[in-house]
Amino acid sequence: MACIEARGLRKAFGSTIALDGLDLRVEEGRILGLIGPNGAGKSTALNAILGLTQYEGELKVLGRNPWTERDLLMRDVAFIADVAVLPRWIRVRQVVDYLAGVHPRFDRAKAEAFLAKTNIKRTSKVRELSKGMVTQLHLALVMAIDARLLVLDEPTIGLDILYRKQFYDSLLNDYFDHSRTIIVTTHQVEEIQDVLTDLMFIDRGRIVLGCSMEEFESRYSEVMVRPENVAAARALRPIRERQLFGRSILLFDRADREQLASLGDVRTPSIADLFVAVMGQTEGAAR
Amino acid sequence: MSQPATQTFYWSLRRELWENRSIYIAPVVVALVLLFGFVISMHTLPSRMIVAADLGHTGERAMLARPYAVAAYLMVVIAFIIGAFYCLDALHGERRDRSILFWKSLPVSDRTIVLSKASIPLIVLPLLIFVIIIAVQLMMLLLSTMALLGNGPGLMTLWAQLPLVKMALALIYALIAIALWHAPIYGWLLLVSGWAKRAAFLWAILPVITILFFETIAFRTSHFALFLGYRVSGWLTQAFADQAADSFAAEPLRSLDPLRFISTPGLWVGLLFAAAFIAAAVRLRRNRKGI
Repeated sequence: MACIEARGLRKAFGSTIALDGLDLRVEEGRILGLIGPNGAGKSTALNAILGLTQYEGELKVLGRNPWTERDLLMRDVAFIADVAVLPRWIRVRQVVDYLAGVHPRFDRAKAEAFLAKTNIKRTSKVRELSKGMVTQLHLALVMAIDARLLVLDEPTIGLDILYRKQFYDSLLNDYFDHSRTIIVTTHQVEEIQDVLTDLMFIDRGRIVLGCSMEEFESRYSEVMVRPENVAAARALRPIRERQLFGRSILLFDRADREQLASLGDVRTPSIADLFVAVMGQTEGAAR
Repeated sequence: MSQPATQTFYWSLRRELWENRSIYIAPVVVALVLLFGFVISMHTLPSRMIVAADLGHTGERAMLARPYAVAAYLMVVIAFIIGAFYCLDALHGERRDRSILFWKSLPVSDRTIVLSKASIPLIVLPLLIFVIIIAVQLMMLLLSTMALLGNGPGLMTLWAQLPLVKMALALIYALIAIALWHAPIYGWLLLVSGWAKRAAFLWAILPVITILFFETIAFRTSHFALFLGYRVSGWLTQAFADQAADSFAAEPLRSLDPLRFISTPGLWVGLLFAAAFIAAAVRLRRNRKGI
């Protein structure tokens, strides 16, 4: 069964179109990276999925209509929104108590175990914790929920490198188990490249690229071309060319790897480089 | 495996009390100040007992009971103020600090949340204020008893004449009547709190002031002002037959008039408005994220 299925999802704020007939299908057990420039519609899409905003079109999340059944849906869905949203007045002990009280799938012992690995005191108020600790706390709470879908909207924003690394490590090691689905949006694309199973680029409210990571790796190649081969390489129609330390780096879509290897060093591009290339293409097409 | 709705509601209610500790701290502080004032007044009690003895039966009871009734009344006013300010912030604060996004990530419906917030002024505060008033009155009785030790007849009169239990029963009735009567006010404040982006207090009172001024300027009448006064203090005239303070203090139960109260159209119209305001606040919260 698909975890999320959207057809013709539309949402406009006044004359600004945030979602322009978005089609989306996310299978269970995937870790999907949703990547797009600011204002591309990422957050709006996530808000629709989480039942936080009304939309036009068809949308089913875990078989439910998120707008009309948000409270039921949230038994199986957990999310961390783009900014620290834990109430600042609440104490650690209180927020654990509250979740244990209202959430049928919250495992208190699990949350306590995650918290035991941190320096967070049970009696502290959220406002007394550092930004990194608040994120640790939120993550401990969310990971103690036996959810089928976890949505992370810029979860590591404003965190230092140590916490960011830790965040994704514990998510993968302690939480993900192939029956859950995770959707992440972030601008720190390089952090999640090794984490994802699926990739989706969104721009102007539409999906401009969607593929699995295997597909991504077999389909796209980046070549650092030796100077004498630049003209030959350009003839193969790269989707992007950039310069680094005086060398040309060309990005190819569905090119023959052996042929490319004769022109220079071939490797899998970073998601960020592909993103720039794809966005460049759609910019060109728009013009 | 689902949480019963009552359990979700119970925890949401506790959540409100964690966040808004002023709900119980403020009335306790006011009660302590009242008691302190009462302590100071104690040195004149023996002489007042002598004056009271000359007032005849009703007069004596009224004079003895008056401080107790006044304390109760003051606490009720305090509860109203606390409830009003609580409502004004209840749905605004969670949007201001964006914690609404956290609350909405949990399997608790908007209806449960808004109803738990509405029950703070309608149920929790009346219960709390009842307990505090009874505690204050018992303390007052204790203080009076201590002040009258060695004054045998005065002490006897005090314990014999003070209608403390009857006052408590009348208080329960009054608190229920007040909560029902003020429900539309709290509902309106909750609605504004969920709607306003900022300055909820201003948005709550601005329409009221505008209508007041408009009516005064346009028609030189004051129906709206009368209506407002009725909405705030109408419970007193509608729920009690005899509002003279002294006869109430002397014979608290005699002036209760529940039949008249429940046949007052203003009560039911008000409750309809309260329900509409709260329903609107629930709908509004569905669409709210942060400010």
